[in-house]
Amino acid sequence: MTDQTTTTPGSRAGMAGQARQGHGPSPRDLAARAAAREAAPGTRAAQDPEPTEEMQVTGAQALVATLERLGVDVVFGIPGGAILPAYDPLFDSRSVRHILVRHEQGAGHAATGYAQVTGRPGVCMATSGPGATNLVTPLADAYMDSVPVVAITGQVSSGLIGTDGFQEADIAGITLPITKHNFLVTNADDIARTVAEAFHVASTGRPGPVLVDIAKDALQAQTTFRWPVPFDLPGYHPVTRPHSRQVREAAKMMTTAQRPVLYVGGGVIKARASQELVTLAELTGMPVVTTLMARGGFPSSHPQNVGMPGMHGSVAAVGALQKADLLIALGARFDDRVTGKLDSFAPGAAIIHADIDPAEISKNRRADVPIVGDCREVITELLAAVQAEHEEGHRADLTAWWSQLEAWRRTYPLGYSEPDDGSLSPQYAIERIGKLVGPDAVYVAGVGQHQMWAAQFISHEHPGHWLNSGGLGTMGYAVPAAMGAKVGRPDTAVWAIDGDGCFQMTNQELATCAVEGIPVKIAIINNGNLGMVRQWQTLFYNERYSHTNLDKASAAAEPQPGHGEAGGTRAPLGTRVPDFVKLAEAYGCVGLRCEDAASVDAVIEEAMKIDDRPVVIDFVVHRDAMVWPMVAAGTSNDDIVVARNMAPDWDVTE
Amino acid sequence: MMNSIAPRLREQDPAASRHTLSVLVENKPGVLVRAAGLFSRRGFNIDSLAVGPTEHEEISRMTIVVNCADHPLEQVTKQLNKLINVLKIVELEQSVSVQRELLLVKVRADAENRSRVLETVALFRAKVVDVAQDAVTVEATGNRDKLDALIRVLEPFGIKELVQSGMVALGRGSKSITDRALRPLDRAAAGPAQ
Repeated sequence: MTDQTTTTPGSRAGMAGQARQGHGPSPRDLAARAAAREAAPGTRAAQDPEPTEEMQVTGAQALVATLERLGVDVVFGIPGGAILPAYDPLFDSRSVRHILVRHEQGAGHAATGYAQVTGRPGVCMATSGPGATNLVTPLADAYMDSVPVVAITGQVSSGLIGTDGFQEADIAGITLPITKHNFLVTNADDIARTVAEAFHVASTGRPGPVLVDIAKDALQAQTTFRWPVPFDLPGYHPVTRPHSRQVREAAKMMTTAQRPVLYVGGGVIKARASQELVTLAELTGMPVVTTLMARGGFPSSHPQNVGMPGMHGSVAAVGALQKADLLIALGARFDDRVTGKLDSFAPGAAIIHADIDPAEISKNRRADVPIVGDCREVITELLAAVQAEHEEGHRADLTAWWSQLEAWRRTYPLGYSEPDDGSLSPQYAIERIGKLVGPDAVYVAGVGQHQMWAAQFISHEHPGHWLNSGGLGTMGYAVPAAMGAKVGRPDTAVWAIDGDGCFQMTNQELATCAVEGIPVKIAIINNGNLGMVRQWQTLFYNERYSHTNLDKASAAAEPQPGHGEAGGTRAPLGTRVPDFVKLAEAYGCVGLRCEDAASVDAVIEEAMKIDDRPVVIDFVVHRDAMVWPMVAAGTSNDDIVVARNMAPDWDVTE
Repeated sequence: MMNSIAPRLREQDPAASRHTLSVLVENKPGVLVRAAGLFSRRGFNIDSLAVGPTEHEEISRMTIVVNCADHPLEQVTKQLNKLINVLKIVELEQSVSVQRELLLVKVRADAENRSRVLETVALFRAKVVDVAQDAVTVEATGNRDKLDALIRVLEPFGIKELVQSGMVALGRGSKSITDRALRPLDRAAAGPAQ
């Protein structure tokens, strides 16, 4: 209880006026600061043996002081009753910029987008009850895709907990299965340590979301803030160093296999191991498949990249897995969308499975050689071990394997057919965005057909430049995640490729983007339908389009069961609901529309010229385009269909 | 958690067998829910679960009995290990550990059959802990087979009520699994950790 404080809250309070006027630091300042910190992840502060700092503060001040010392530059959130004490000192913070979103779900996805482009934990904040429950979807999303996110929620005062108090929800209980860990803090003395632990847990080992729920009275109470603060995590020891014997065993198999494949997942991007992966691929000469989460982890343009595996993967990538005699899974988790029917997945392959999470290994497919470790360390050690094998003259000849792969690649390239009614093809619009905007931009997709086309037809060259909701499949992810990505990398163009269904789930964040000066580009691939669901209805439900039409004009033209032969006359053009161009304008964004192939390039170029406001482009596209190839859910990868009713000939040769 | 009175027939997976996991956890609120929730979420059935304090104030010990094959057991152990509050997991093999459950059973015992009930209780080295006009309450500890046998023998007299604890177990010999698990706790107390 000393008055000798190194920093006093009062000194920061003195700056409040200035900070208020300027709305905190600009995105550009923050990016510069972030870059300076790049080498030191957010959690370092807690370990550095700095001179001990001690001051008398409220719990809320301790929270903000902790965020500042952890290097947090942005918090996405919405205030409310229980979290209100925290918002008062946050107002004064000179290093933490708070971005007021329009819905807590937006805050959560924005934190995810921010984390995915910066590699640092994204932070979101919400009040108790509905504020906190609105974070459930983005937390589940971040959990499935292993994204480091820290959510800070207010909770009703500790005396009220358990009494069904106003805006009370047991958010720690609710998020138990969808967070890496969570905490309920009811004592002001625990706030700094717990928040520091949350950042540490979120960003180390297999990353994931961590929620800290803080009771209002803890935020209001007086406490002694000390920094640095020791962790109390006796049960948390992520393993990052791989076992050398397993690595040698793997290298032996890798240098003798005849048909090996590097099966690369999102872990390679999380571990920042892309460079090492390219070296390993080139050293071994093996084909590489990059999963949906790993697009950009290995350049799409690299000749050894045979494409994306899975339900909408390329024939060459799916074929490579099915006919392989060895899979080297790096930071991948044998998801059902990749394996198809599990018992017939890669039937002839031995499995080397490297992952930082021991529980992923042999979860779905038994691994012959399990390697627990950080992907970058694993790949680095594999490089040395493979080199040693090569020096002993062990090296397999992959010529025959490659000629098979090349035959598949040549015979069944990714492609699409133009609609015969002259309407715009969605794949073409997406392909042109990729070409004109280029691989240095960040691309963020929603969920559905447009997501698959964006994964397929944009050339993903750099890690951390392709964001999407892979595991949870969260429609509505794109707009807020793009917002977060743009905040994290303000100097990079950020393009969301979104569907009209997805867009309408979270488009309120356009207001945030406009007000806060976050100039994202949103390309709506507007087919007036829930396109992927419609595709399934076309293929598996006899073209009965139950509740997938989003716009009236299109719905009126469909035959309606129980309502006569056809649904009457087609509604006149111009009844688009909503009118996305007007909507964009109403939100202070630029709204553009494109309805034919001839004007695609011009519209994209026009959007690229605008950098002072968000831009929304309404690409009105053909509604019956389908995503191909396709492995129907629950069927074997061997039954991949190249186009409707068209199976590939696996024995094709050059 | 749940034990039926009749012979236990839970073997659905032919490869399944009973495993006893001794799990050291931080003594913090919500730990039980985290562990139990993990089992149900991942589709594993808990046969029995007992939690209690240990010789260290900050550590609790959960004894979890699961009936599953080796591969799922490995999975559930890995998943449990990922819980931040879990310090250590040891599988206690039946042959190298002492495993005990506690049974309290209220048996109909009137003047006519009381002596036979008491005889049975004595045979099983159980104890009568409460006596009423027409019933006695019997306390017994032992492994599951012994308690099953006792229940079977008492059943004809008429079981009015029965409660059984989850299993607790300790490895045989002088070693302690808490020693090693405690070391990181000491480190954390000493200064900046990890």
